[in-house]
Amino acid sequence: MSATTAPGLGSDHLAHIADAPPAEPRRGGEGRHGIRHLLGILLRIALCLVFGLPLLFMIVSSFKPDLQIFDDLGSIKAFLPTGSISADNYTGVFGRVPFAQFMMNSVIITVVTVVLGIVVNSMAAFALARIGFKGGGIVLGIILATLIVPFETLALPLLWWSNKLPFIGPDGISEGWLDTYQVQIIPFIANAFSIFLFYQYFDSIPKELDEAAKVDGAGWFRIYRSIVMPLSGPAIATVAILTFLPMWNQYLWPLMAVQTEELRPVMVGIDYFKQLNTSWGQIMAYATMITAPVLILFIAFQRSFINSIASSGVKG
Amino acid sequence: MTTITAAEHANAPVASTRKRKPIKGSRSSTTTALLMLAPAAVLLITFLLIPIGLTFGLAFTNARLISPRPAEFVGVDNFTRLFDDETFWASLRNTIIFAVVIVPVQSACALGLALLVNVKMRGVNFFRTVYFLPVVTSMVVVSMLWLFLYQPNGLINQALARFGIQGPDWLGDPKTALLAIILMSAWQAMGFHMVIWLSGLQTIPGELYEAAELDGADRWQQFRYVTWPGLRATRTFILITITISAFALFTQVNIMTQGGPLDSTSTLVLMAVRTGFQQQQTGYASAISLAFFVLVLAVTLVNRHFTRDKDVVR
Repeated sequence: MSATTAPGLGSDHLAHIADAPPAEPRRGGEGRHGIRHLLGILLRIALCLVFGLPLLFMIVSSFKPDLQIFDDLGSIKAFLPTGSISADNYTGVFGRVPFAQFMMNSVIITVVTVVLGIVVNSMAAFALARIGFKGGGIVLGIILATLIVPFETLALPLLWWSNKLPFIGPDGISEGWLDTYQVQIIPFIANAFSIFLFYQYFDSIPKELDEAAKVDGAGWFRIYRSIVMPLSGPAIATVAILTFLPMWNQYLWPLMAVQTEELRPVMVGIDYFKQLNTSWGQIMAYATMITAPVLILFIAFQRSFINSIASSGVKG
Repeated sequence: MTTITAAEHANAPVASTRKRKPIKGSRSSTTTALLMLAPAAVLLITFLLIPIGLTFGLAFTNARLISPRPAEFVGVDNFTRLFDDETFWASLRNTIIFAVVIVPVQSACALGLALLVNVKMRGVNFFRTVYFLPVVTSMVVVSMLWLFLYQPNGLINQALARFGIQGPDWLGDPKTALLAIILMSAWQAMGFHMVIWLSGLQTIPGELYEAAELDGADRWQQFRYVTWPGLRATRTFILITITISAFALFTQVNIMTQGGPLDSTSTLVLMAVRTGFQQQQTGYASAISLAFFVLVLAVTLVNRHFTRDKDVVR
């Protein structure tokens, strides 16, 4: 079907990065090239150590008592699960801070933002790319222009502003969003870059599909829900991943906007944990536990992750 | 529009038998479009456009984060104070040094990685994955981990000692603290830019290399005359993104050094957070944010200008 092979996120090559054929021709393996080939492989392996060893060290150390971590530092044992291996550091983390609560907060904040972000941003992009209206071009222009503004420039004024906003919740109207879940979620749902990614993708799906559906009596919302969104898997995956990573890793904003311990996400939690703790083994255990979910998702959906990052290359 | 006319041709018999509203521009279409746009529009206005406006507005007031009194207009007081503030100049200098060092180092190394994994070879996917691992590890975790690696008796210095090198107190010495943060940041983000270079490399048609080889071009010449020109768009993008994210340096510094020793690792964002959050001086913090924004804008405009010039020259 033409729609499924529509150029994903602007350019077709992005969809195949994970297993793309090399642009450079392969070199012969004899003579001088053989040595060069071998050196090339050694270089690649050395780089693997550079990028992989620190993480391996983190995971291995999380299972060792502090004394042994320091003893092993001077030798290869630093990267090997030798000596007295136990999960003591892990139980230690749970004993000192409400880690399960931090974890749940991060999961809630991330999942809600990802799901609502996909809905809100795709609807906006659909209105701009497929329905169209007078002034739509200007709206898109404003959205694209905001892409150069880094969040860090807005963080402090936004903090002040969040403290003034009213909120209608189950307990009636309250003023000030600081120290809540919503202050960690709602400002991050609408995202100019997500709208842009959806816009590009929707724009590449043949418009004739809309016409055919119209003839069959479908309204615009029906077209969005039953035709365009089901065809937009790659765009949805990209937006999900590009929302998930920064939300899970969020640090600056919750550091300022949330003071109550029960509302803290994991990344602020580890900072706080380090301040009341000098056990490196426990810090490594905490770090391993908050990295593991992302690593597992990355290994499982490797191709989508890499393609999402590659497609963020159109930003700018 | 063209799509409508095409569809009208295609569906002409159907369209004539059914009463059909025009697709675009009708009142109900516009209503639906606005309704679908509304949630995003309200959120973007509230949490993006208004805060952008506030950055400019609050910079000229004495607004405090939590204060019973309304903010008062104070003219350019915040800016005169800023220009007299030694920490501001130290932060600006560190932020710029960080960007000036990390932009070429990180983009060049990332290009090297991309070239290494852009070959047909068994296990190349494994290498890509490993080089990319630090990217999916949060900067907070990476900072914690390297804080430990950088200890005076930590892993890095112990490894150096094996080669008879006495490693410095990386984060405790004002001379090496910023360098240590630069190295770690480059390590974390290199895989990200490797992937972006890689997607650029794969837009270069393989035939170009074959033709170059037939003409007797060696590897360096192939890189110089085929690869490098082919990466022009990617290059611009990578330069802008690395520069802007370098200017926003905060997490690593806040976790590893808190700006110290002796302001040697203080940055603009760190200073904004200190004044606006810890000292609750929103007005002053907005002035710092504005300075940061001007820096970002200047780099973007300069970069646009230069890349446009190149387009004309070619």
